[in-house]
Amino acid sequence: MSVIVLLIAVSVLVASGFLIAFLWSVKSGQMDDDYTPSIRMLFDDEVKDIKQSPNKKITN
Amino acid sequence: MEERCYHCGADCDETIKLEEKFFCCDGCKLVFQLLDENGMCQYYDLTNMPGMSAKGKYTSEKFNYLDSEAIQDQLIQFKSVDQSHVVFYLPQIHCVSCVWLLENLSKINPGVIHSQTQFEKKEIKIIYKPSVISLKELVQLLAFVGYEPMIHLGGNDWMKKKKVNRKQLLKIGIAGFCFSNIMMLSFPDYLSANIEELGTLRPFFIYLNLLLSLPVLFYSAKDFFISAYTGLRQKWLNIDAPIALAILVTFGRSVYEIITQTGSGYLDSMSGIVFFMLIGRWFQDKSYDSFSFDRDYTSFFPLGVTAMEDGKEINKPLSKIEKGEMLLVRSDEMIPADSIVLTDGALVDYSFVTGENAPIEVPKGATLFAGGIQKGRAIQLEVVKSVGQSYITELWNSPILKTEKNTEKSFVHPWSQYFTIVLFGIAICSGLYWWAVDPHKILPAVTSVLIVACPCSLLLTVTFTYGNVLRHLGKSKMYCKNASVLEAIEKIDTIVFDKTGTLTNHEDTHLEYLGAELSLEERIAIKSVTRESLHPLSQLITQYFNSINILKAVDTIQNFVGKGTQAQIGSAEILIGSRSFLKMMGVAVNSDIVGSSVFLAINGTFKGVFKVNHIYRPGVGEMTQHLKSQGYKLYLLSGDHATEKINLHNLLGSDITMLFEQSPDDKLKYIQELQNQGHKVMMVGDGLNDAGALQKSDVGIAVTDQTHLFTPASDAILEGSMIQKLHHLMDYAKKGKLVIIFIFILSLIYNVVGMYFATRAQLSPMVAAILMPISSISIVSLSALLTFLFSSSLKSKN
Repeated sequence: MSVIVLLIAVSVLVASGFLIAFLWSVKSGQMDDDYTPSIRMLFDDEVKDIKQSPNKKITN
Repeated sequence: MEERCYHCGADCDETIKLEEKFFCCDGCKLVFQLLDENGMCQYYDLTNMPGMSAKGKYTSEKFNYLDSEAIQDQLIQFKSVDQSHVVFYLPQIHCVSCVWLLENLSKINPGVIHSQTQFEKKEIKIIYKPSVISLKELVQLLAFVGYEPMIHLGGNDWMKKKKVNRKQLLKIGIAGFCFSNIMMLSFPDYLSANIEELGTLRPFFIYLNLLLSLPVLFYSAKDFFISAYTGLRQKWLNIDAPIALAILVTFGRSVYEIITQTGSGYLDSMSGIVFFMLIGRWFQDKSYDSFSFDRDYTSFFPLGVTAMEDGKEINKPLSKIEKGEMLLVRSDEMIPADSIVLTDGALVDYSFVTGENAPIEVPKGATLFAGGIQKGRAIQLEVVKSVGQSYITELWNSPILKTEKNTEKSFVHPWSQYFTIVLFGIAICSGLYWWAVDPHKILPAVTSVLIVACPCSLLLTVTFTYGNVLRHLGKSKMYCKNASVLEAIEKIDTIVFDKTGTLTNHEDTHLEYLGAELSLEERIAIKSVTRESLHPLSQLITQYFNSINILKAVDTIQNFVGKGTQAQIGSAEILIGSRSFLKMMGVAVNSDIVGSSVFLAINGTFKGVFKVNHIYRPGVGEMTQHLKSQGYKLYLLSGDHATEKINLHNLLGSDITMLFEQSPDDKLKYIQELQNQGHKVMMVGDGLNDAGALQKSDVGIAVTDQTHLFTPASDAILEGSMIQKLHHLMDYAKKGKLVIIFIFILSLIYNVVGMYFATRAQLSPMVAAILMPISSISIVSLSALLTFLFSSSLKSKN
């Protein structure tokens, strides 16, 4: 039976880990803006710009 | 073929062209070139025609005041040798491209280290190197690409106030964590028929539960206790009082059971209701970040002005401007204080202050009032009253506005009071019963009653329903300040409308020609003359003759400032201007038209009048008919002349009381008058001239065509195009209460079931643990469902 005590201790510990992660994320302001990041992730990286410029030269 | 500007999407002719792309103006083309040079054409890939029209918007002198140290200190949040941080409010942010461009500013100017936008708040935080780019240059860059920051006096204070309530999120997070863990640890208790089976584990579970419930009680539920306590100190029983009592009783009984080892308590239910109620509050309070409802006049005025000292231009903060100072006001700038014009060419648009539509020409030496916008060339002024004492700003110091706005308490509170009384009645009755039957069961029965019948379901119903209604109204472009506005709308019986900008559209004016028929030749001549002038009315006439493409050379032209124009084209002499101008030139005018109009005479004979008509927003007439049939009393208060009275009667019906030439103060007093008669008044208006009335009324609705523009202090902001649906929106706002009543009756049924167990002193933790989430979740989902159903009928009416 004592294994259950251990398991529960572990589970509460793991959950606390997530709780602390949540608290940290709120305190560091990650929850302040819940919309813009969803736009930001759609932007292409710089790489595309390099690809784009030769293309443009052809069309010109 | 009709072409659209590649940058801003405005219609354009095909004259300005670059790489197969058309532009409406050189401004847009320049922005495109700038982005193209820096390899930033992705701006145009993300959204079609995302840009802001650059036509005639950008003047570099406009931001000279940003060179002043005092103003810089107000704006810059953090400053060191190699970097400064600044936050701007950019109301133009509207799409993915905006975010992309603004976050890549560093590509255009290496002085920008990092820029980050907040889409919903329409804010940008920029970190830049002051050694490379000055604050002024930074603002100029933003303005050039189309995102001119709104910088205003006091404007940055409200930005700070809008910080996200992180504490609330923390409370929800902790309550959620504790609730779910307590639930999990209580499971064996619910399921095992024989408690002995658990052996030594049981105390371990129970004490762990107790430990987990402490943060819920002392941290998450703190607000309920504080609110209940402050309510009780004012001898007033608010809804938080019975909730706080229920939480305390639940916790107390649980601790008692645990210590005496008679049971495992109701800690799961307690943390559960706290968690759900916190979510409900958060949901209702999640308001519109990018709107500000509490602006006073300072938000409308510029931060800095150009003063003239010894013939030199000096940039000064507005607050430092005193009586007797000389100011320079450029085109499109606001007159900051009541002052006297020292130069010719003052052409002032007072639409914001008085509701007058057309700009007024002000002769040298006359007084200008603060709040007007100079439309002509740069003028010089001498300040005669300080900013705070000017005509328009004084309105805010009016004693009528000093009285607190109606702070009637929500109908929920009296309900919860009855609820509490009934609750105590039941508790006492069951206590008396068990006193007679089995005194051991008094305490369990009484506490169970208090635990089960907590009015948390009422609170949940209210917070979730109002939260939903607010969001659905927001989708229909009516943005309410908070939930109490909805309850105030429900009590309204009188609606007062403003005319200019509210029932009419600010930007659209329609020109009508009344008089003798004009030949093609004459029309060509008139257009040739009017296009020489920058006067707004001339420009309207030029637009009116849009179909004419041929133009003639004007032989001689003479402008009489404030009066009109005399011109010679070939054999025709054209006189165009005010009635008094034509009279002065010896022309007999036989026309009784009044209001903003331009009189025309050719070769000494009066021909006709160009009359400026207001365009009413579509559907306004039907909207007022609906409102009347719903029993509202309607009024119209206009700052404008009575010239439109007949049109308005035709449009709105003759049974509406209409008052014209009302000053801002008159409007305010009229609202007060109506309120003194016992009416609940809603004011629908725009602009500074309605600001006092909006604030005084029980519900002030500010109408605006661009929600990002500054609106006066109000309870709700309504987009201009939606005013025709005002009756639907009000109807919907009222349905919230209906939904609340319905769901509340449902939740009473849950209470009765729980009460059945409680009064028999048989409330097992398991029954409580089942009832609590079932009632909470069904309330939340039913509220969402009903408000959605009602809102879909709102949309189909659209």
